Amino acid sequence: MSSKTIYQEVILDHNRKPRNYGNLNQPSHHATGHNPLCGDRIDLGLDMINNQINQIAFQGESCAICKASASMMTTAIKGKSPEEAEVLIQEFRSMVMGTLNLSEQHHLGRLAVFEGVRDLPTRVKCAILPWHTLHAALHSVSNISTEVNEEIAQNSAISA
Amino acid sequence: MLMKAADIIFQADNVSATYADQFRADFPILNLKIGDKPLVYLDNAASSQMPQYVIDRLVRYQTTQHANIHRAVHYLSEIATHEYETARRKLQHFINAREEREVIFTSGTTDAINLVMYGYGRKFIQKGNEIILTHLEHHSNIVPWQMLAEEKEAVIRVVPINDSGELLVEEYEKLFNENTRFVALTHVSNALGTINPIKEMIAFAHQRGVPVLIDGAQAAAHLTIDVQALDCDFYVFSAHKLYGPTGVGILYGKAHQLEAMQPFKGGGDMISSVTFEKTTYNTIPYKFEAGTPPIAAAVGFGAAIDYLSNIGLDAIARYEHELLTYATERLSIIPGVKIIGNSISKVAVISFTMDGIHPHDVGTLLNQEGIAVRTGHHCAQPIMQRFNIPATSRASFAFYNTKDEVDALIEGIQIVKKVFLS
Repeated sequence: MSSKTIYQEVILDHNRKPRNYGNLNQPSHHATGHNPLCGDRIDLGLDMINNQINQIAFQGESCAICKASASMMTTAIKGKSPEEAEVLIQEFRSMVMGTLNLSEQHHLGRLAVFEGVRDLPTRVKCAILPWHTLHAALHSVSNISTEVNEEIAQNSAISA
Repeated sequence: MLMKAADIIFQADNVSATYADQFRADFPILNLKIGDKPLVYLDNAASSQMPQYVIDRLVRYQTTQHANIHRAVHYLSEIATHEYETARRKLQHFINAREEREVIFTSGTTDAINLVMYGYGRKFIQKGNEIILTHLEHHSNIVPWQMLAEEKEAVIRVVPINDSGELLVEEYEKLFNENTRFVALTHVSNALGTINPIKEMIAFAHQRGVPVLIDGAQAAAHLTIDVQALDCDFYVFSAHKLYGPTGVGILYGKAHQLEAMQPFKGGGDMISSVTFEKTTYNTIPYKFEAGTPPIAAAVGFGAAIDYLSNIGLDAIARYEHELLTYATERLSIIPGVKIIGNSISKVAVISFTMDGIHPHDVGTLLNQEGIAVRTGHHCAQPIMQRFNIPATSRASFAFYNTKDEVDALIEGIQIVKKVFLS
């Protein structure tokens, strides 16, 4: 059983030293993912420039599988277009749900290290949470415009 | 008499290495392997395993005794009714209830609490009344009362706990006022293992005329329960944490309380006569047993009580305490491991955290070693909030667990540390 362990060195390394960990100042896209069952929480922000994910950062409290998944996700999608990111989201989801055949063509690269999660049904949500959060962020209204809108609303409330 | 620390250490070194062996053969599931590792089952607080004696009883009922109860005059119906009512009597004696009719079969602890919320709470709790709960409750002894409070505009008051996970009894006493109408509290904390001083708390409530429900889900498999000595108004627990089947539990209630209550579910068996103009309800306990109950599970529950009584809860409590002391001692000296809940009065449940390692990772890695522990918030999120942690890992022991299994847990934790901290 231990030969198939999900806790391989690359995952442990990303857990210990998560890449792109922190938060962006005024990201163009932002979302928070939360798994109330285990308390995992991921805060994800990204900056889109010319239809390319230029900057991305995450932070939060989570288990190793979730944190490593988030860390490796950020390195994989930096520089990608939203459409390319969506392909990765779909492929990653299919892989951990056990419906993707990794011997056929895919774009996951090193992310294939998460394949073993499909044998741990209770941990699938841990691995997927960052990807769901990314999906939500890509479809989010940018933070800046939300704040601007709030300011306008507040100002108008005051003037009213 | 209080034990000195030195005595406890002496005891811990002397956990009987063979005591559990005499029972392990009774539990076929304990022979399982998880991958290539022998199963080390330390999730007994979630659900305990079933001895062959109970499994055989279920098979015998189903192969030679089954029919619906309280209905027909034929042989099988009579024998099924007899076996079901015999199980009720076994439960009555197990908790020393005064009368058989004070024992109501429910689908489990949650069902029993909801029954009291509905049957007692909805009838007697009014706007502005106050219900006292504690910070140690399982969600199943919080949410029904919140639903009631919302409906009736009643108020929930919560007894706080200290850093050891013990109720602050003086704060409990301060919560009482002229609006207090009900107390619902757990005998033993499912997340931390703390045994609450319920006898004193019940007496205090009764001096003020306030009835008390005790959630005994985590107590009944570990402590001798005497509802007359406790003088509680209601006591509830499930069979599946007591080496019995899932799907059945009991509500004990004092006869006068049960009689005053409104029925919970309407249907067959809970009536004495029905016309379209008026229905007259059956007497207790049947008033609260609408529909066909889990007959086989109730019969299995009775068999589990026989099995447990044959060993004796005092002997079980003594041995489990030895295991707890030994496991606590070994766990607490591992750097980075923190035990949550350090009451001197505990059942054999140990909740712990590991520095820098999420409980879910602990659980998955221990599973790779064949060790079953529970990880998460244990349906007790307020406790997690109190200690400012998202979750814990919880090892919970039964009398069939061995000293070797405690050692396996310790080794497993060392492996977890090695994987993460190397």
